[in-house]
Amino acid sequence: MGFEGIGASVRRKEDSRFLNGRGNYTDDINRPGQLHAYVKRSDRAHATIGGIDISAAAKAPGVVAVFTGADLAKEEIGGLPCGWQIHNKDGSPMAEPPHPVLAVGKVRHVGDPIAVVIAETKQQAKDAAELLSIGYTDLPAAASLAAALAPGAPTVHDEVAGNICYDWQIGDKAVVDGVFAGAHKVVRLDLMNNRLIPNAMEPRAAIGDYDVNSGEYTLYTTSQNPHVIRLLMGAFVLHIPENKLRVVAPDVGGGFGSKIYHYAEEAIVTWASAKVRRPVKWTAERTESFISDAHGRDHVSVAEMAVDAQGKFLGLRVSTQANMGAYLSTFAPCVPTYLYATLLAGCYTTPVIYCEVKAVFTNTVPVDAYRGAGRPEAAFLLERLVDAVALDTGIDRVELRRRNFIPVDAFPYQTPVALAYDSGDYQTTLRVALKNADWDGFEARRTAAKARGKLRGIGISTYLEACGIAPSAVAGSLGARAGLYEVANIRVHPTGSVTVFTGSHSHGQGHETTFAQLVVDQLGVPLDQIDVVHGDTAKIPFGMGTYGSRSLAVGGSAMVKAMDKIIAKGKKIAAHLMEASVEDIEFANNTFTVAGTDKSKTLTDISLAAYVPHNYPIEELEPGLDETAFYDPKNFTFPGGCHIGEVEIDPETGVVQVVNFTAVDDVGRVINPMIVEGQVQGGIAQGIGQALLEAAVYDENGQLMSGSMMDYTMPRADNLPNIHVATENTMCTHNPLGSKGCGEVGAIGSPPAVINAICDALKEYGVRHMNMPATSGKIWSIINAGPSKMAAE
Amino acid sequence: MYDFAYQKPASLADAVKALGADSEAKALAGGMTYIPVLKQRLAKPSTIVDLSGLGLTGITVTGGTVTIGAMTTHVAVANSAAVKAAIPALAALAGGIGDEAVRHRGTIGGSIANNDPAADYPAAALALGATIKTDRRSIKADDFFTGLFSTALEQGEIVTAVEFPVAAKAAYEKFRNPASRYAIVGVFVAQTSAGARVAVTGAGQGGVFRHTAMEAALAGNFSAAAIKGVTTSPADLNGDIHASSEYRAHLVGVIAGRAVAKAG
Repeated sequence: MGFEGIGASVRRKEDSRFLNGRGNYTDDINRPGQLHAYVKRSDRAHATIGGIDISAAAKAPGVVAVFTGADLAKEEIGGLPCGWQIHNKDGSPMAEPPHPVLAVGKVRHVGDPIAVVIAETKQQAKDAAELLSIGYTDLPAAASLAAALAPGAPTVHDEVAGNICYDWQIGDKAVVDGVFAGAHKVVRLDLMNNRLIPNAMEPRAAIGDYDVNSGEYTLYTTSQNPHVIRLLMGAFVLHIPENKLRVVAPDVGGGFGSKIYHYAEEAIVTWASAKVRRPVKWTAERTESFISDAHGRDHVSVAEMAVDAQGKFLGLRVSTQANMGAYLSTFAPCVPTYLYATLLAGCYTTPVIYCEVKAVFTNTVPVDAYRGAGRPEAAFLLERLVDAVALDTGIDRVELRRRNFIPVDAFPYQTPVALAYDSGDYQTTLRVALKNADWDGFEARRTAAKARGKLRGIGISTYLEACGIAPSAVAGSLGARAGLYEVANIRVHPTGSVTVFTGSHSHGQGHETTFAQLVVDQLGVPLDQIDVVHGDTAKIPFGMGTYGSRSLAVGGSAMVKAMDKIIAKGKKIAAHLMEASVEDIEFANNTFTVAGTDKSKTLTDISLAAYVPHNYPIEELEPGLDETAFYDPKNFTFPGGCHIGEVEIDPETGVVQVVNFTAVDDVGRVINPMIVEGQVQGGIAQGIGQALLEAAVYDENGQLMSGSMMDYTMPRADNLPNIHVATENTMCTHNPLGSKGCGEVGAIGSPPAVINAICDALKEYGVRHMNMPATSGKIWSIINAGPSKMAAE
Repeated sequence: MYDFAYQKPASLADAVKALGADSEAKALAGGMTYIPVLKQRLAKPSTIVDLSGLGLTGITVTGGTVTIGAMTTHVAVANSAAVKAAIPALAALAGGIGDEAVRHRGTIGGSIANNDPAADYPAAALALGATIKTDRRSIKADDFFTGLFSTALEQGEIVTAVEFPVAAKAAYEKFRNPASRYAIVGVFVAQTSAGARVAVTGAGQGGVFRHTAMEAALAGNFSAAAIKGVTTSPADLNGDIHASSEYRAHLVGVIAGRAVAKAG
């Protein structure tokens, strides 16, 4: 047993069960007497429903029950709530139309749930669902931002005129306009951020299990945040108090944001299990996931930078349209506002920024946070715009960035868009990345590639993000309807082993290892005597879950605070046992020592005394060694860094291959370097996927054209280069670990690095910008148009 | 999938009888296309007649002909020393179909009988001038592939083997759909005793087709340079979210050129 504490690349404790097929995922769970639900979904993008004839389905073999929206309405089941409220420019609240669990009167996107059939087997439920007769009357669809904003567009919700959910702004437009009026140069870019389908490896699943005797409901679900689901579903949808509702999120096979939200199927199976008095299971099929999991991104923006003659950024002006889909998913409204526009300073000293965002309803699947959530949109816009500034001013793109970086001595740094950065060193991450990528040797590689008939390009992205969300009061003032602290309970057992109960939820991040390493470091307990428990509201005091790269910075900090309490209590017990003053007790390496003496007690001595309190300060101290801490972060954390992509394009076919990728990130304190590297690599894989391959494509009628793996291109191993990952860390100054977060940096920093490289490779064709994904067909069109023509894409 | 009856006949005659007796019955070879179709409830056969018990596997090379039993898997063709020696391009093609799992289940007979417009084997069969043997007759590849997912096979007719004449030169190149990895454009070129033949899969609205302009250009000069200027009209080609018909038309030229160069 070597070094296992903070900084050790300990192998992941959880991988043995995952790699051996012994994980316990929701679909692996089967409850006695369990029935199966099949959700009948709309195959129309927009239609009224005159009526639903369930009679044939209800009589089909094995069918136990068929429920529609009318059944839920009769019992006053609420709609799915939205967890974040945004206000318009004029101060009025956003439009928040109902989001029924099962459609009532109208369907608004392909995949909108209409009815649920519950039967003895899944096959029977599916067979019976084909017998449902649904009286659709088709309506014209608004299947894109442009279609929904066009004059006379179909209205997705009758009560939302013009399909505008909100029209929000940040910054002082008049001031920014004034800066632009006097600027040396204004550089403008029109860009899109492509719509993505998350595609976690494990499709969503849910089991509702109602206990007739206790009146307690249990929901097993594929969630990143079981307590949040308990709160949302219990309080707003099904009206079940917390003491009667247990939510279990067991092993979860990837989330990337898509499993944050409270989905209709969770409410359906929970409610239905009480109606039919038997457990009810639903598991999504992959095709179903494409049209029922929240999608990501989908922005159209105009971005303008005002610069002086030296290329200093004077002001940034951005106008963005964000597609919300047909309904507001749980956290959708905050993504294109507070997780996006507040990031538009990036790592630059741009003194004034104005951004306005129109959020728009369309007849498409709801759009919400997906790995990076708002920050990839900001980073893509900004890092593309900076390259456009370099092109238009003739200033070298690296030099331009250096001139505009927030200097290392300027922290804490208040940006003009609300955020205050605590730490960072952008010159260093840039310098190391340039070195690791052999930036200076690139022109030779370009020349060599040309000799092989290939167009080679290199691109840089010096991104910044904000994660570790978030100070509850700040989030609340910005519209969050929840707190964003995290909870940890540390239980030191009588014989000294430790169980950590955390409100964070691991769905691939390796928490069981990283969090255990925090305990190794702080309490000196060996790794194999530490277990991490998560994902069950019956076991964990409370929790806000895992998203926004918050688990270590917020959840880990809660553990540190709880362990501080353990040590403080342990010192009192140790002082009693060793007849010393508490002030003289020191704790290190699992041992309490009386300072300046050789008297000591191990943590196990202390825990044993705490649980067998024969010789114990019982008048002053409760027995036991079990402490809980709620940690509310003081600020966001601000990882950043430099990503460099290098591509080769086959000019005959337009195919792009990313041949080198170099990341140097500042993620704060690293607990497990191997896990950090894996997280960054995975994020970059998804970022390269977004840049080159992935696109959710709807036709004008609102049918999803990329509705399966046959047409939606997930990145695969052969699409990816060897990814060179390194970190150059500055510590977060406001949490006890100094950690910032690493889960999303890859997906945030990499897309602009790839697109910048492609634009560089195609510079002789006059390419100023290219929207994602940079497919071979798009690139061939540019090449086919010939050199130096200014191609739009 | 919907319920169906399942039969696994032990003789070709029984299989033909089972399929002939019921127009809703469907033959199953490797199932690499048909089972996903069933799982998506896109087909509702009365009976599945499994052809795996008919002894239709095996590869023989005699007198300038490679004969591959209809139920021979792609991996068997890809790994066959005899095929590699006689028509290396055919072995290479088989080794590039789908993924490892598909290659272990999928069969040549299933592939050509299904005639997916993006499948690989139809291009090889057409370019090499193969003969498709069935329970009742022999059909020239030129007559076999009649359109999207359609062939000259009669109801209940079972492919038993495919005979490929050995070509002097041959090669297959494909440009894959980035998502499905099927061919967006696949081109099989062959210098055969009947002259140069070029078959294109993935691109045509009617499925696999022979590129006669390229064949003419290659007739006197089997080299990539010979077809450099030969264009392909996008009019009869597919266009979808992955590739426009114009892009496909361009790719036909590029991929054909690469195939010819590879054929040497």
